[in-house]
Amino acid sequence: MNSFFARKFVVQGIFIAIAIILLMRLFYIQVVSDEYMLSAENNVIRRLPVYPARGVILDRKERILVQNEPVYDLMVIPREVKPFDTLEFCKLIGIDKVRFDRQFKKARNYSPYKASIFEKQLSVQIYASFQERLSDFPGFFVQNRTVRRYPDSIGAHFVGYIGEVNQKAIEKSGGFYNLGDYIGITGVEKSYEDLLRGQRGVQNLMVDALNRPKGHYADGKYDTVAVSGEHMVSSLDKELQKLGEKLMKNKIGSIVAIEPSSGEILSFVSSPGYDPNLMVGRQRGNNYMALLNDTYKPMFVRPIQAEYPPGSIFKVVNALVAQQYGMINEKTMFFCPGGYRYGRRGWMGCTHVHGSIDLRGSIRESCNTYYGYTYARMIDQAGMRPVNAYKRWRNSVSAFGIGSPLGIDLPGERKGLLPTDELYTKRFRNDKWGSSYTISLSIGQGELGITPLQMANVMAIVANRGFFYKPHLIKAIGDEKVVKEEYTVKNSAGINSKYFDVVIQGMSEVVNQGWGTAYYSKIDNIEMCGKTGTVQNPHGKDHSVFVAFAPRNNPKIAIAVVVENAGFGATWSAPIASLMVEKYLTDSISRPKAYMDRLLEANLLPGIPKPKVPKKGATPDSAKGKNQVQKPATPTTTTR
Amino acid sequence: MNNQRSLFFNVDWFIILTYLTLCIIGWFNIHAAVYDPENPSIIDLDTNYGKQLIFIISAVIIGFVILLLEGKFFNAFSPIFYGITLLLLVLVLVIGRNVGGNQAWIPIGSFRLQPSEFAKFATCLLLARYLSSGTVKVQDIRTQVIAAFIILIPTALILLQPDAGSALTFSSLILVLYREGLSGYFLVIEGLSILLFVLTVLYNKYLVIVGVMLLAGLLIYLYRKNRNMITVIGVGLVFSVVFVFSVDFAYNSILKPHQKNRIDVILGKVNDPRGIGYNLNQSKIAIGSGGLWGKGYLQGTQTKYNFVPEQSTDFIFCTVGEEWGFAGCFVVIGLYLFLLLRIVIIAERQRSSFSRIYGYGVASILFFHFFINIGMTIGLIPVIGIPLPFLSYGGSSLWSFTILLFILLKLDSNRMGII
Repeated sequence: MNSFFARKFVVQGIFIAIAIILLMRLFYIQVVSDEYMLSAENNVIRRLPVYPARGVILDRKERILVQNEPVYDLMVIPREVKPFDTLEFCKLIGIDKVRFDRQFKKARNYSPYKASIFEKQLSVQIYASFQERLSDFPGFFVQNRTVRRYPDSIGAHFVGYIGEVNQKAIEKSGGFYNLGDYIGITGVEKSYEDLLRGQRGVQNLMVDALNRPKGHYADGKYDTVAVSGEHMVSSLDKELQKLGEKLMKNKIGSIVAIEPSSGEILSFVSSPGYDPNLMVGRQRGNNYMALLNDTYKPMFVRPIQAEYPPGSIFKVVNALVAQQYGMINEKTMFFCPGGYRYGRRGWMGCTHVHGSIDLRGSIRESCNTYYGYTYARMIDQAGMRPVNAYKRWRNSVSAFGIGSPLGIDLPGERKGLLPTDELYTKRFRNDKWGSSYTISLSIGQGELGITPLQMANVMAIVANRGFFYKPHLIKAIGDEKVVKEEYTVKNSAGINSKYFDVVIQGMSEVVNQGWGTAYYSKIDNIEMCGKTGTVQNPHGKDHSVFVAFAPRNNPKIAIAVVVENAGFGATWSAPIASLMVEKYLTDSISRPKAYMDRLLEANLLPGIPKPKVPKKGATPDSAKGKNQVQKPATPTTTTR
Repeated sequence: MNNQRSLFFNVDWFIILTYLTLCIIGWFNIHAAVYDPENPSIIDLDTNYGKQLIFIISAVIIGFVILLLEGKFFNAFSPIFYGITLLLLVLVLVIGRNVGGNQAWIPIGSFRLQPSEFAKFATCLLLARYLSSGTVKVQDIRTQVIAAFIILIPTALILLQPDAGSALTFSSLILVLYREGLSGYFLVIEGLSILLFVLTVLYNKYLVIVGVMLLAGLLIYLYRKNRNMITVIGVGLVFSVVFVFSVDFAYNSILKPHQKNRIDVILGKVNDPRGIGYNLNQSKIAIGSGGLWGKGYLQGTQTKYNFVPEQSTDFIFCTVGEEWGFAGCFVVIGLYLFLLLRIVIIAERQRSSFSRIYGYGVASILFFHFFINIGMTIGLIPVIGIPLPFLSYGGSSLWSFTILLFILLKLDSNRMGII
């Protein structure tokens, strides 16, 4: 047999060849290719985000407006579920069998091994009763998460709301957001999203083949902790805001109150409003749709989005601009025969026959005729072509923050309307038009649109005698109490401070003298200066407007109140403003209860089909216009 | 006393040391494979590595008992061993326990015996006895048929379990026959058959036949002046065509779906890393992620967290690859290669042809396990469930490989005594 001795080399050769082939293959997959290394990491490491707490929002006295509240997401790992009493389970968490089956199927389709959300945001009560029975339902567990909670249910339009991030925002964020993350969608939540959201942390968990966590990768060396969002001190006064929302109940309109010396917004009421808590929790989707379909549009942020012709309150601006131009002074008198004649046949009516009236009186008694003459002087007798005079006038008015956004720290601010001369030239087909063509502008009617915020800002300018800070809602950010720089800049309205005296005197008499248009709203011991306005509304009853600041010396608050479809400014808006001012300055209300009750009980909602919304405090069906017809207590301005 | 001394000096210590080294490497890797970071104790007899320690100790005892036996005993009793093994293989089909689809184990107390493991050395012994008997010549057809029967009877019984992996092991004994004079054509034919098999499964059978025909035409043109060669090529062509058709038929009609799937995955016909390819994919990931130097002992994340199934038995090499890297694999493969070459050297230095033939049988069976097992963990060949000798967890396989090896050592230690 030894004749085949040489064959041992063949056999040994085969052994060696196979060993080399195995080693070559091993060298390739272990050393050359890194595909397997990456797959191994993906196998083992799960990167779990650690969600930071969103920043808390406080009011100006650091009382809580928005806080975080734990909620409990019910999670399920379908593979680990063992048979259990489905009926009992459904009863516990308050769902029906159909929903149970649907949710369970959804989870199983997602992954049998991975946890997915079975039911979102269980309430504390449901969580408590469920937690006791948890051991009866293997495969289910509860995961903590925080949601927003608004303890006083106020300031919905100011704080806005958060919601799950959409695909577009995920792409735009360059990977910061993941599906299911929350993002500010409106209000302060949106405008300060970058600061409120905080810094997400990450946990690198190692998992086994069945996706069960097995501890931190590299003992947590690569883990990062979550950094909570910055807390925000808002400029809002919680008590004032509460009162404002109460007073505006069953009315459409806005209240904006500003601290003139800083531009901080003290109150920001948009009515009808809604309970911000409706935008949280399991019923969010239903609530949202109901709010969206509500005829009174509670989601509309009226203080910055509703534009009204300002009406008579605009006379204040014209009085100041005309003085600055030297067209009138405090002694200028015009004769009011009960109206102003312009053009060939034009007649702009006045409320009364005022006879000879001076500047102070024209403010106090809101004389249209006086401003007809004043506007005509500014446009026609400026020593320049009327078109150019109009341009100059427009620039002066826009310095009051009219016709452009003020730059409030909220999304969606409208700029309003202050027509350019080109617009008129186009409309009249030549540029040879004069004051008589645009005479409505003298008394704040016509092509003007001003938001309540802009109205309040005009009052802040008057209170400051010529300058303003941009109105804003967040006065300090984080522990360092940072103030955004743009809100510390003094903006001039371009009017010399000496021209304010006579206007302020007139505004004081509006409230504090027996023949002023808003004497009904006089506050004892506080000298409030104001101006009423009644804005013509082609669609229905006039809008009631009142602007004011107080006290006259060293003003602390400037305010604008608009109540839609309510009639005279003095009837509704002025009393509301006076209560707000008194509350803010003295922290109490001295007026008799009946005074307050009349306002609280009034339902000034226009008669449109009743909404089916669980709207905050709304009783939309309570006798439409029950208290609507009220005799004005004092003479009121009208525009014509 | 004198006998003991000579035994001590005559035993091949290279092999014993390599054997012990592999057993210890195996034990550490089994420990790593079942290591639970939350419960890290090293000696616990309830765990796989605890049991494996007992298996190793008992295997070493068995090994030394074999060394103390009389050398002639194995030659004389080989038909009896063979008979007992066949009996057990029949018995297992009747009373065996079915584990994982294979009826391969006979339960004895808390312990399971796997007769197919012991069939390996019994078959080797009988084959060696038959081929070494004076009148036999491997070139004779009669001898070839009888040898084939010795190999194929246990193979068929094992196939009935059905344990295709263990059954395939016996095909490696063709190397023994080759060494003893079987024509080299058989090796070439075996190689060509595998090639045709793979091509047929991978591609359309007609395409393969056309390819074979073109090749045959080319060869006939080259050897056009050699009539004999043309005949050989012609016969080869006919057989190839028949083979391709039968493979196609077997693949599509006889193979069970899971066997088909294994072949498909290995040949890259389907790519399904979560389904049938899961084992293989995870095994490659585990080994591949080891890199050059590995992740370190007990640091392997893939094997520790059970991504690789059967990781302490058939896939134990994954742990080696992941925790010790290419360096560790190199050492382990080096040890096996050394062992195999050393066995060949030992076999060739025997004066008795019985010992030599048995030695080649040992080398062939170890080689087959080594190649198939490691090859499957790195995706070179289909997943065939056979253990890696001395490393894989399991009493039956460790004992049978030990017996296989130590009988050779015993025969070798007696080589001087036999003329």
